[in-house]
Amino acid sequence: MNETLKSLRFTLLAVVAALFVSAFIIVITDIEALGDGNLGKAFGTVGRAYWGLFKGSFGSLRAISNTITGATPLLLAGLAVSAAFKAGLFNIGATGQMLAGAVTGLFVGFAFQLPPIIHVPFALLASAAGGAAFGAIPGVLKARTGAHEVITTIMLNGIASFTVLWLLKTQLFKREGRDDAISKFVEDSAKLPKLFGFMGNRIDLLAHTGFIVGLLATFAFWWLLRKTTLGFEMQATGFNQEAARYAGMRTKSLMVTSMAIAGAFAGLAGGSEVLGLYGYASATVAGDIGFDAIAVALLGRSTPIGTLVSALLFGALQAGGRQMQVDTDVPIDLIIVLRALIVMFIAAPLLVKAMFRMRGEATSFGQTFRGWGG
Amino acid sequence: MRKHKGLKSAALAIAAFALIASACGSDDATEEVAEEEEVTEETTAPLPGAGTLACMVTDTGGVDDKGFNQISYAGMLQAESELGVTIDLLESASDADYAPNLQSFADKGCNITVTVGFLLGDATKAAAEANAGLSYAIVDYAYDPAIANARGLVFATDQPSFMAGYLSAAMSKTGIVGTYGGINIPPVTIFMEGFRKGVEYYNTQKGATVKLLGWDGKDGTFAGNFDSLDDGKNIAKSQADEGADIIFPVAGPVGLGSAQYALESGGKVRIIGVDVDMSVSNPDAAAVYIASVLKKIDAAVFAAIKDVVEGSGVTDNYVGTLANGGVGVAFTAVPDALKAEVEAIGAGIADGSIKI
Repeated sequence: MNETLKSLRFTLLAVVAALFVSAFIIVITDIEALGDGNLGKAFGTVGRAYWGLFKGSFGSLRAISNTITGATPLLLAGLAVSAAFKAGLFNIGATGQMLAGAVTGLFVGFAFQLPPIIHVPFALLASAAGGAAFGAIPGVLKARTGAHEVITTIMLNGIASFTVLWLLKTQLFKREGRDDAISKFVEDSAKLPKLFGFMGNRIDLLAHTGFIVGLLATFAFWWLLRKTTLGFEMQATGFNQEAARYAGMRTKSLMVTSMAIAGAFAGLAGGSEVLGLYGYASATVAGDIGFDAIAVALLGRSTPIGTLVSALLFGALQAGGRQMQVDTDVPIDLIIVLRALIVMFIAAPLLVKAMFRMRGEATSFGQTFRGWGG
Repeated sequence: MRKHKGLKSAALAIAAFALIASACGSDDATEEVAEEEEVTEETTAPLPGAGTLACMVTDTGGVDDKGFNQISYAGMLQAESELGVTIDLLESASDADYAPNLQSFADKGCNITVTVGFLLGDATKAAAEANAGLSYAIVDYAYDPAIANARGLVFATDQPSFMAGYLSAAMSKTGIVGTYGGINIPPVTIFMEGFRKGVEYYNTQKGATVKLLGWDGKDGTFAGNFDSLDDGKNIAKSQADEGADIIFPVAGPVGLGSAQYALESGGKVRIIGVDVDMSVSNPDAAAVYIASVLKKIDAAVFAAIKDVVEGSGVTDNYVGTLANGGVGVAFTAVPDALKAEVEAIGAGIADGSIKI
């Protein structure tokens, strides 16, 4: 069996196992049915909850649209984490890089008046550049001073979110008539077209072409890893920095470049949310996406296709979770449990196999990133 | 390998935490269902709202924010027990949830969907226009021009604040009172402006010279947030240092910090509560409250649901005033004579003989 299939099968098994455990959680928290000793009813709740989960994620065009809407920023931010992982760097700063990209994209979006054919790419480019510049900072800090990127990216998240909070209240960004931290709207010409725009003007289909940007970025990431010297050197540094240096690679500048590339992906995530979904920016525009992206990258084993699949899975869970809560009384918080369980089941066999030294099997789950010592 | 362990335990911790959260969540849900069933069993005639579905979308604060989301939800619970409507709730985790949450409730056929907070203004408008057969109501937002199936719920909180200003001026021993806000936005400053005019009214009526700190009609003191108790403590302290002995915080939980300072001052500083009767909602510091300015969001939410149940519709915006009981003052520690005087002023505002 080829490696990709093997890991795909494995991911599927992890999802099934997580659904099993979650079903158990739904049953034991269904106090009412348990109180009556009515186990059948409790299991009925599980069935209705999972049916809602499916219906809300793939059951209709709108459900698919919601899945794509949720997956888009997770994919781009997930690529940001994956790209850094490949170079042996642990990027916890996707949140900050998203915010940087959101602000630069927003600025280009409202400050210029251009035809859409120029305005949209220009704004997206600005987002990528903003994210890349912000992402490069921890790279430079690590290369120059050895400051660990886990610490610096977390700190830079805080710096980014308060800077954005302040920026959104300045005259330049502030929306007329509002005193809270909310920006002007971007020009219509800078808005990413709706993905299902050809279906007529349906306001319930929120999915936008930021998803196409995500697919292109996924392809670019694949191309970078497989077809370029830079990608090869990134991975070599990721596997063994000392060996890479010995082989003549400039590992320090590779660190900066890798983090800038990661930042560019995250910047696009922020930009596509502003230009595609909201049309404006608020202080919460990045939400928890930067952290969820770590799980996405981990689940996707930092590969381009894996990140895409796991982003779609997380997007589907998010969209389906809402329907599940509306249909049954199972709260959407269950989705957090489900996601954590999936990641846990992916991670656990790695441990198990390492413990039993099952080398042959274990290699297919791949090296993801290195520990603190790196 | 160490990293994996770390992540795994983090995931476990998240899972455990969310497990507890979801357990609590479905506890509440089942309790609600249980209550509902009791009601239908006890009453012989079915309640008027049976078969009506009332839904609520909160903003990002969530339903247990001890603030306006929670007060709004209290109105939902009241409608559930008194009208027999079925209720449902979706909390928004971010701005991106507003539209999909509203869409889910439209699909479910919610006869009325109540949205909480002006951040949902645009999303609620879009939902109302797309679903002409369903009704909507939104807290702290008014539509101009009005929408046929969406009612804005707003409150003339300057009226009870005016009464509180008069009251504070009359009760101040130092001749100095204070106020401050959370953030400089109209729903906050309307309280402060009413308070200022109440103090001024007292001065002209009694020929007194009571001074107000923290708001001059245009600008004033703001904490910059709605959650730092420390800020509330510090602002109260600095106003007390300037001589203020009664303070009116319009800043949600920040005001609880001022109450804490007042409690520590041992009676030198006292507080006017805001939104709800804080001598009840904040029992630990009940002794420091003289009175509270009430903004009865729950009553307005209940009334909107009732109108839908009775079929009279939600066309016009609702403005809570002293005249219709949508706003008011709760007296906690006010001498009877002064209470009667202030109530007379309230009546004057309600019938229009006193202009604010």
